[in-house]
Amino acid sequence: MSKIEVKNLSMIYGGNPEKALEMISDGYSNDQIRKQTKQVVGIKNVSFSVDTGEIFVIMGLSGSGKSTLLRCINRLNKPSAGSIIIDGKDISKVNPQELRAIRREKMAMVFQRFALLPHRTIRDNVAYGLEVQGITREERYDKVMDVLTMVGLDAWVDYYPANLSGGMQQRVGIARALATDPDILLMDEPFGALDPLIRQDMQDELIEIQKKLQKTIIFITHDLDEALKIGDRIALMKDGEIVQMGQPEDILLSPATEYVARFVENVDRSRALTASSVMVKPRSVVYPKDGPRVALHVMERFGMSGLFVTDRTGVLMGYVLADDAGRISDTGQRQLDSIILKDVPSVAPDTSLANILEVIAHTQIPVAVVDEKNILKGVLVRGSVIAGLAGQRRGGINGSNTKIAD
Amino acid sequence: MDLIPRLPINRWTDIGINYLQLKFGTSFDALSAFLKSMIVSLQDLLLFIPPALLITLIALLSWKFANKKVALFSIIGMYLIYNVGLWDATMQTLAMVIGSVALCILVGLPLGILSAKKEAAHRIISPILDFMQTLPAFVYLLPAVTFFHLGVVPAVIATLIFAMPPVIRLTDLGIKQVPEELVELGKSFGSTFYQMLFKIELPLARPTIMAGINQCIMLSLSMVVISAMIGAKGLGGEVWRSIQRMEIGNGFEAGLAIVVIAMILDRITQSFGKSNE
Repeated sequence: MSKIEVKNLSMIYGGNPEKALEMISDGYSNDQIRKQTKQVVGIKNVSFSVDTGEIFVIMGLSGSGKSTLLRCINRLNKPSAGSIIIDGKDISKVNPQELRAIRREKMAMVFQRFALLPHRTIRDNVAYGLEVQGITREERYDKVMDVLTMVGLDAWVDYYPANLSGGMQQRVGIARALATDPDILLMDEPFGALDPLIRQDMQDELIEIQKKLQKTIIFITHDLDEALKIGDRIALMKDGEIVQMGQPEDILLSPATEYVARFVENVDRSRALTASSVMVKPRSVVYPKDGPRVALHVMERFGMSGLFVTDRTGVLMGYVLADDAGRISDTGQRQLDSIILKDVPSVAPDTSLANILEVIAHTQIPVAVVDEKNILKGVLVRGSVIAGLAGQRRGGINGSNTKIAD
Repeated sequence: MDLIPRLPINRWTDIGINYLQLKFGTSFDALSAFLKSMIVSLQDLLLFIPPALLITLIALLSWKFANKKVALFSIIGMYLIYNVGLWDATMQTLAMVIGSVALCILVGLPLGILSAKKEAAHRIISPILDFMQTLPAFVYLLPAVTFFHLGVVPAVIATLIFAMPPVIRLTDLGIKQVPEELVELGKSFGSTFYQMLFKIELPLARPTIMAGINQCIMLSLSMVVISAMIGAKGLGGEVWRSIQRMEIGNGFEAGLAIVVIAMILDRITQSFGKSNE
């Protein structure tokens, strides 16, 4: 079951949203609504759901409504219409006491500019969430040490935020969010204010922490590379609406609109795309019991100078070259065993293109894509890798299963 | 221009004041007695402490909160005051200032918080503060005398009117200046109203609030001289008497004592405002 379910959520800035909501359902544009009602549309008719343990990335340029949306989920913004159901309860309708309890126990937020209290030590900053819950000093300081150790800052407990670098400050912010052990983390461009190198470290660290803790994370960013790296799924927002939602590669390979296409144009594809998205179907394989003549025949038919060899269950055994097959066929040998090249370059389906390029540069024969059981899934030929890097719209052999938001 | 006859604001005011005095005279007397006993006990306390001990205490306080230079200055300055025979008058003034400032904070701080939190309260309080700050002091000194008689009490009341506005205004400003993200932080972790106030807003507003209290002290000191005209004693009384008798030298000494007190109080309270990090 999904952890967070957002249905037809709209949020209008400025009192009495009725008129503006009506105009939204009549299909007026944000500009028209603003001119007629003097109200600003924050988000309109947004629906999505997030599963437990998933990192859901909301991406968009500034003013696209992504932060507004995030703040609806812990109700720092009160939605004008629609529902946000968390564990079966509609956040947009709970009373102040219930809301406070949910904010204390279920969710925590990480802020773009860290939002550390300058008058408190790192220890007391991290303890803040526990403190408002009324947990005793000893208990909260124990917990603080746990989470600070997790982010590698246990030596800094007695310092003040001003003594720490930006990256360290955000680690404190993350530790503070983890201290109350919430199910849900709301992260508002948490790495946006950091230097690129630090940002990458922090991304890796978040991924590591997530492996251990399996939180449900909603992550806001305007950086597509970051979204592709971190997100299990990505929603792209524009003018308060979700224009496309899907897995990272869906968005990259099959942009739903011109806007999305422009957005993904400049992404570093070699890091974002993986082997599985650019591999081609192994057009033909032979089995070890097939003789050299069969192999030669197949190669001739497809105009290739070599073939992959697998067993009946698809496990990769090696590669045979046309030259070798011709040679043993002349000598009358009937088995391929002696000429199978066992040392075939292979990669896993989730290897990034950046890493594949290195492999491909050092080999003359195609690169095999195999899963963890060594079953041949596909083949990487130079042409398909280059096409992938160039951003041609073509799905992998799995086909693309892009979900497009209405 | 003469569309309406002259409005008798002067008569209305007189009638209003008479009415208040008749109706609430006893309440004013009770308040008056309370304020008087407060100031007098403070005064007695300050005069009870031997001058040498008090000078040492003030010097230590300056050293702890400000720096060595201020400590040195306070020793020399306070000794000078003792030396020219203005010690008792200075203690009377100090008692009035401390009492007034304490009341200003006691009333002003909650009003400032209210004004920051509730827009409606802000809209009511703000024009009243304008009124308090711009109305010439002499205008409300007289009604203060009619309600509270001559002496130290009307002086304290006049000082409250004159010196409280900065406390309210800067508390309001300080809380409104707390960065939006930190307010969101408090809310997103489920803080209650008072947790927000005491754990986030007031600590972050402290430098601004302290600037308000500092202003309050300075204004109180300047009011002390004016209120000598309605019978408050202390250093203001010394200045006032010197003016009446044309004793320029004595007036200067008393004025100098006021400056010394002002500088010591200013430096100490300014250092409270500096954030600890």
